[in-house]
Order: sequence, then structure tokens, then C-alpha cells
Amino acid sequence: MSVLQALDIGLAFVVFAVAAWTIFAHGAFAATVGYVVYGLLLALVWIRLFAVDVALTEAAIGSGVTGVLLISAAARLRAAERAEPEKSLSGLSRLLVAVLCAVVAVALAGVVLLLPEQGPSLAPQSMQRLPETGLGNPVTAVLIAYRAFDTMLEKVVLVLAVVGVWSLAADKYWGGAPGEARAERPEPTLAFLAQILAPLGILVGIHVFWVGADEPGGAFQGGAILAAMWIIVMMARLTEAPRTNAFWLRLALVAGPLVFLAAGVAGAIFAGSFFAYPPGFAKPAILFIEAFMVLSIAVTLPMLVAGPPRREPRR
Amino acid sequence: MTAGVSAIAATAGGGLLPLAILLPALGVLLSFLIGGRRSEWIALGLMPLELVVAVGIAYFVWRSGQPLVYTLAGYTPPLGIALRADGFSAVMLVTAGLIAPAAALYARANIATPQELTEKRAPLVFWTLLQGIQAALSLVFLGGDLFNLYVGLELLTFAAVPLVSLDGRPETVAAALRYLLFALFGSVFYLLGVALLYGAYGTLDIALLAPLIRPEPAVWLAAGLMTAGLLAKTALFPLHLWLPPAHANAPAAASAVLSGLVVKGSFFLVVRLWFDVLVGLPGVIPGTILATLGSAAILFGSVLALRQARLKLLIAYSTVAQIGYLFIMFPLGHGPWAADAFSGGVMQALSHAFAKAAMFLSAGLIAESVGHDRIAELGGAARVMPVTFLALGLGGLSLMGLPPSGGFAAKWLLMKASVEAGQWVWALVMAAGGLLAGGYLYRVLAPALSGESPQLKKAPARGRERVALVLALVALLLAFAPPSFFAFLQIGRPAAGLALQ
Amino acid sequence: MTSATLAGLVGAALVGLGLYGLIANPQPLRKILAFNLMGSGVFLVFGIVARKGAAAGLQADPVPQAMVITGIVVAFAASALAVALVLRLFEAAGQATLDPDAWAKPPDGGAGAE
Repeated sequence: MSVLQALDIGLAFVVFAVAAWTIFAHGAFAATVGYVVYGLLLALVWIRLFAVDVALTEAAIGSGVTGVLLISAAARLRAAERAEPEKSLSGLSRLLVAVLCAVVAVALAGVVLLLPEQGPSLAPQSMQRLPETGLGNPVTAVLIAYRAFDTMLEKVVLVLAVVGVWSLAADKYWGGAPGEARAERPEPTLAFLAQILAPLGILVGIHVFWVGADEPGGAFQGGAILAAMWIIVMMARLTEAPRTNAFWLRLALVAGPLVFLAAGVAGAIFAGSFFAYPPGFAKPAILFIEAFMVLSIAVTLPMLVAGPPRREPRR
Repeated sequence: MTAGVSAIAATAGGGLLPLAILLPALGVLLSFLIGGRRSEWIALGLMPLELVVAVGIAYFVWRSGQPLVYTLAGYTPPLGIALRADGFSAVMLVTAGLIAPAAALYARANIATPQELTEKRAPLVFWTLLQGIQAALSLVFLGGDLFNLYVGLELLTFAAVPLVSLDGRPETVAAALRYLLFALFGSVFYLLGVALLYGAYGTLDIALLAPLIRPEPAVWLAAGLMTAGLLAKTALFPLHLWLPPAHANAPAAASAVLSGLVVKGSFFLVVRLWFDVLVGLPGVIPGTILATLGSAAILFGSVLALRQARLKLLIAYSTVAQIGYLFIMFPLGHGPWAADAFSGGVMQALSHAFAKAAMFLSAGLIAESVGHDRIAELGGAARVMPVTFLALGLGGLSLMGLPPSGGFAAKWLLMKASVEAGQWVWALVMAAGGLLAGGYLYRVLAPALSGESPQLKKAPARGRERVALVLALVALLLAFAPPSFFAFLQIGRPAAGLALQ
Repeated sequence: MTSATLAGLVGAALVGLGLYGLIANPQPLRKILAFNLMGSGVFLVFGIVARKGAAAGLQADPVPQAMVITGIVVAFAASALAVALVLRLFEAAGQATLDPDAWAKPPDGGAGAE
């Protein structure tokens, strides 16, 4: 057994163990911290699967931003947890559910083991059509060229998520800002971290986006890193979340999907099909769309973490 | 011109297909961006256009007798994504194109931005999310790629859930959360099935996948997972627990859209899955399982509806029951009765959509005018709100399956198919369901027509009553659908239907 | 046993674990956590499918990878909406439970709602 195989098996065990702890741990806060660790380990698994773009996305969004969301929620719900111990399912029900889940897992494992060595793949076609897009990263090509329609609609899903989260504000707070006001004296450790990390993070984020055309990376990953920087700065209370009725905020949130949609319609007019790119213009068009996607993602993710408005609008 | 535009790239009128999805998507973005009172105008302005597009698609499908196809971005499947409109898609698109604006017109009165404010929470959220539902439904009805359909399902969930908690009361927030969790369970299971199908065949395009499907373990597991996920979203028994509190406590216009349209979206995908993708699988046992669950839904839902104290909850449980009827078509997919069964199922989806929407809008008017929706205290209310109760009653007629109504046509077709196929039990269940429906409707209507009339807090607005009435009348008029309508529904059906081995 | 198969098996186990957590754990926040776990398990199944599709000089099929990226973003948005609902529930009612009995209104003119 080679070192790499031993590492893989070890990694698999640890991932499973941390996941099990996330499900069975007693406090929600502890479980959530476990989830963040789990996410980072998962990123390693993705690297072993040679899916580096996915590893970046999992680390940045799956573990990072989701982690912040869940940890702050768990912290706020601690009081609820202590106050009202939940009625849990009876022993028999638990057993039945466990059996059901085991059956699903075993069936899935069986099918996974039956997968052929070399499965059907769209890799050859992806590579074959890659030169038309002018890109070097086939994953980016799938996202913004071959299956652009999916990605554009997914951006609309993000806008709907923001509307949904904001809809939970009380009527009097509508239009106001989420989170707390800027602090007179921001927390020193967090502020220090933010001041060191943010400028660096912004550079890294933009780089990851830009490089994603040809190397692993792209709009989602870069945008998520930028989002994380803004979240850190907000958490350090160095700045406060913007008012939700600010036009610039709404514009930033819809810019990505709107530009993408417009590009799609332009494709119908200039390139014969919705979401097609005129030959020769593909790469610049793709980078143009991605730039706005990065903007939207960098603004949407922190707004989703910040939650519904909780302060009255001042005008 | 990008290379690779093959013969199937687009059929005549195919360009309307992306438009059906992009118009409401644009509406979402603009309503949110511009906000304020204008979000309502944008929605109301785009809806007629969307209806025209839907009718246009139906026209082109009818004229060519073939499904419309559109390949996006010039990349043909399996690498790219295609949209496809057959008879069923077209009919559902038109239905959504009629019910959404009806709900919108109804909602204008009580979800409005007052003069003193630039923007209010409920109106902005409502107008944005309503268009989101339209975009999502268009995608679900027209999608030709299983992952694209997953995005459509997510779009639908995100647009529908916040409408449940629109008024902000804790019960509605709890109902919305439960709905979201069920819906997310459904999405994850569906996505897992998609992964297995891609792993087995390397494509997710429905037209390309169908001929490749073989009864192997991966496909069976995928079929089971995807169906279970979609059933959770369609609230078929026993995964129906989230529906009654969610639909009953949402604002009336939202309930109309949720019960009338949103649950039909995931049902549409179950049909797509079993009748278009999994034709290579022996469909007897899965079909029978689905119809059994449907029967349980009919009986269980109807009995529970009988026991409800509140009108909106009664109507919501009635939805649980009526969804059961939709699944009777599944074991009847092969044989000379297959066309009837399919038409019956589609007719049930359509007539329930219109009838239920009418009933929820009427219930909303009743609740606003009388101040509550407790059935026991609605005695004599029909005499002071005749048009509203007429709409409620006509919708109920369709639910019961009494002629003339679309519901009758649907149940007649399904019963006929069941009897011809020798599967009598479904006919018996449907008959029982019709009786039970009569029971719970009688419970509401009979006292309302007699006894002392309650004091009305305010009279229902004429326009809103008329909207509910028109929807109920459409449900009735479906009974007069000519044979060419049923022929239209068959456009795009593979000849074999649900395979039988 | 290749790393891909191992990842696929871990994915299967995670789906089972996550499903258990989603159904059995009564607290909404734990359900959301379990949903995320389940989702990541499903993504790992996509991952093994991608790795088995290594061809044309690529180590993994890019199409399933793109689907996973889309899925991760959608799962985050879903978690955000769910968390907002849970927090609103807690703020408004002082409790964050999905137990229907807790939300049943006191009898008002008839039997309590189901």
C-alpha cells in the first residue's frame, strides 16, 4: 500500500468521523465548528479527485461562508437551546430512520462500486470545443459557455434568496441595514485581522477570478474570497452593512445576472442563438460577464450572511 | 455563426422557448432593482407579454404537430442544453400564464404600497417572487436537461417559500421553514439521482437519455431517489405534512399560486421522468406504488378535510387529496387506454389548478369580508356574498368531479382507463374521493346558504370576486374541450408510453 | 481501491448520515447542518463520476465539476434562507421548534387546527 493510498484511507476515515460528530454532537455550536473543519477536509478530498476548481469553491463557500453563517446562527440560538430542550424522536422511530438511512447509503455504495473503470464522459467534447471559447479552463467553459443558461439562472436564484432573506424583516425595518452599527471601538483582534487580511484577500480574490479563465479558479471562487473579506471587515465592526434600499447595493446585487441575461439576448441577435458568443469575441465577452458576476457574488454572499434588516432606515 | 448548429438546433417558433423563461427572470431583476411601486407595474406589464409567449408556443406546437426544440448557446446536447415544448408543456405554460396574472390582479388591493412610503416590504417581495415563480415554472415546463430542471426546481422553491411567511406571523414562518426543509430534502435526492444517471450514461438531455435507459441498479436507484424527492415537493402522501399549514396561512393570492401552480411543477417533472426518460424501465410496479400512494392521499386528505374548522385549512387538505388523483395515471401508461389515462391526468392538473386557485381567492375574500374563516360561523354568508360563494361552489364542483366540469372530464377519463385496464380499484377510490369531496364541500356551502347572515366588515370588491369567478368558470369550461385538445396533449408522447414488461 | 472509489463510498456514507440528521434531529439548525452534509455527499458522488470520466488529457470530466460548483452555491443560498427563517422564528416567538403542537393556536371557535 503506497503512502498516497494510506493517506487517502486516513483522510476518508477522518472526514467520516468529523461528519458523524457533526450529526451526533450535543451542542449546535460544537457541531457547527465541526462542520467547518469537515468542509476544509472535504476540500482536500476534492484535490485528491483532481477537481481543483471544486476544492476552491468548497473551501471558500461550502466551508468558509456557510461556516460563518451557521456559527453566528448557532451562537444566537444558544439561548433557545438551553431554554427549551427539544422533544426528540422515540427510540423505535430513531431505529427505523437509521435503518432507512443505512439502506439508502448501502444501495448508493453498491452502485458506486459498480461504476465502470472508465465511464462515459463529456471531457473529449469539452476539450474539442474549448478553442472556440478562447479559454484554457474547461470547467469555466462549461459554466460560462456550454451551460451558460444554468449559471445565469443560478444567479437569479441568488437574487431570490436575498429577497427571501430580506422578506423576514419586520415592516418597520424594511429598507434599513442588517447587522449592528459601526462600533465606536471595534474589537481589536478582529480589527487587526481584518486590516491585515482584507487588502491581501482582495488581491487574491481578483487574481483567482482573473486566472480562472485558464487555470483553476473563476468568478465564483474569486467572488467568494472578496465576499469573505467584506464579511471579516463587517464582523470586526470596522464598517457597517449597507442600507437594503440603497440603489447601489441593489444594482450590485443584480448586475451579474442582468449583464449575463443581456449577453444572452445579445447572443441571440449577434450569434444566432441565446447565450451564444460571436466567434472571436468569446473570451472578452466571457471575462466581461464574469467581472460582473464577481461583483454580484462578492456583494450577495455577505448580504445573505448579514441577514434581514434590523435597524430602521434613517430616511 | 457558432459551429455545430445542427438540424435539431431550433424548430420554427423555438426562439419563444428561452423567451418564456427570460422575460419573467428579467422581471425579477428589474422589480428588485427599481423597487417601490414600480415593481408592481413591471410585473403587471410583463405578464400579458408572457401569456402571449405561452400562447405563441402552444400555437407553434399545434401547427407543426411536433414538439418545439431550442438548443441554447449553439452547443447541442449532450454538451449543451436544449429546451423542449410538447403538448403538455404548452398547456401548462398557458395555465400558469393565466393563473399568475389572476392572482396578481386579486392581490393588487391588499398588497399595495401606500402613498406615504417609497417602498414597502410585502409588495416588493410579492411582486418579485411572483415573477420568480413564473420564471421557475417556465423552466420546469420547458427544460430538456435534467440538471437544468434541478436549477428550475431550486428557483421554484426559493420563490415559493418566502411567500408562505409573507405576513411575518410566527406560525407562517414555522410553516415556511418546514416547507423549505422538505423541499431541500427533495432537491438533494433529485440531484443524487441526476448524478447516478450521468455516471451511467454521460448525458442528462432527456431526448438523448431515454433510448439509453436500461433496467440496471444505478437507474433503479436514481429513479427511486428522484421520484422520492419530487414527491416530497409535490406533497404526495406520506410526504404531505408541510402543505396544509403552508398553503392555509399564506396570503390568499400566494395560496392560489402555491396550490394551483407550484405543486404542479414538481408533478410535471414526475411525469417527465417516468413517461419520457424512464421509458426503458418496466413501469408496472412503480406505477402501482405511485397510484397506491395517490389513493391514500385521496382518502386521507379528504377525510382530514372533513374535520377542519377553518376554511383555508379545509381547502389545503383538499389539495392534498386532489394531488392524489394526479398519480392514478401512472399504472395506466401502457395499452390502448394509455392516451385516456394521460389526458385524464393532465386534465386533472389543469382543472385543479383553476378550481383551487378560484377557491383560495374566494376564501381570501370571505376571510377579509367576514373577518375570519371559521366554517362554523359562516352561516348565511352566501346571501351577502353571492358571487364569492358562487366561485367557491363552482370550483368545488370541479373538485367533486360533477359534470359539467374539467374535474368531471378528468375523473371520467381516469376511471374509464382504469376499468379498461382491469385495475378497478382506482375507479373505486376515485368514486369514494368524489363522495368525500361532496361531503366537505356540503359542510361549507349548505350552512352558508341558509341561516342568519353575518355582518360584513367590508363588502368584497367586485373586481376581485370576478377574478375568482372567471377562474372557476375556466375549470368548468375545460369540460367542453374538443377531441382536438386531447390530440394536442398527445403531441410529443413517445408511442410506447410507460413501458410494460 | 482508488481514491475516487473511496471518495464515492464516503459520499454514500455522508448521504446516509446527513439523511439521518435531517430526519431525526429535532432542532432546525441541526437539520440545516445535516442537509449541508447530505449535499456534500451528493457532490462527492458527482466527484467520483467526474474522476471516472477522465479523458482527453483531463484528469476529471469538467461537466460534473461545474454542476458541483453550481450546487455548492445553491446549497449556501438555501442554508442562508433557512437560517434566516430559524432566527426570525426565534426572535418572533422565543422558540425555534418545528414541532406542530407548539404552533397550534388555542381553540378558537372550534377544534384546533391539524
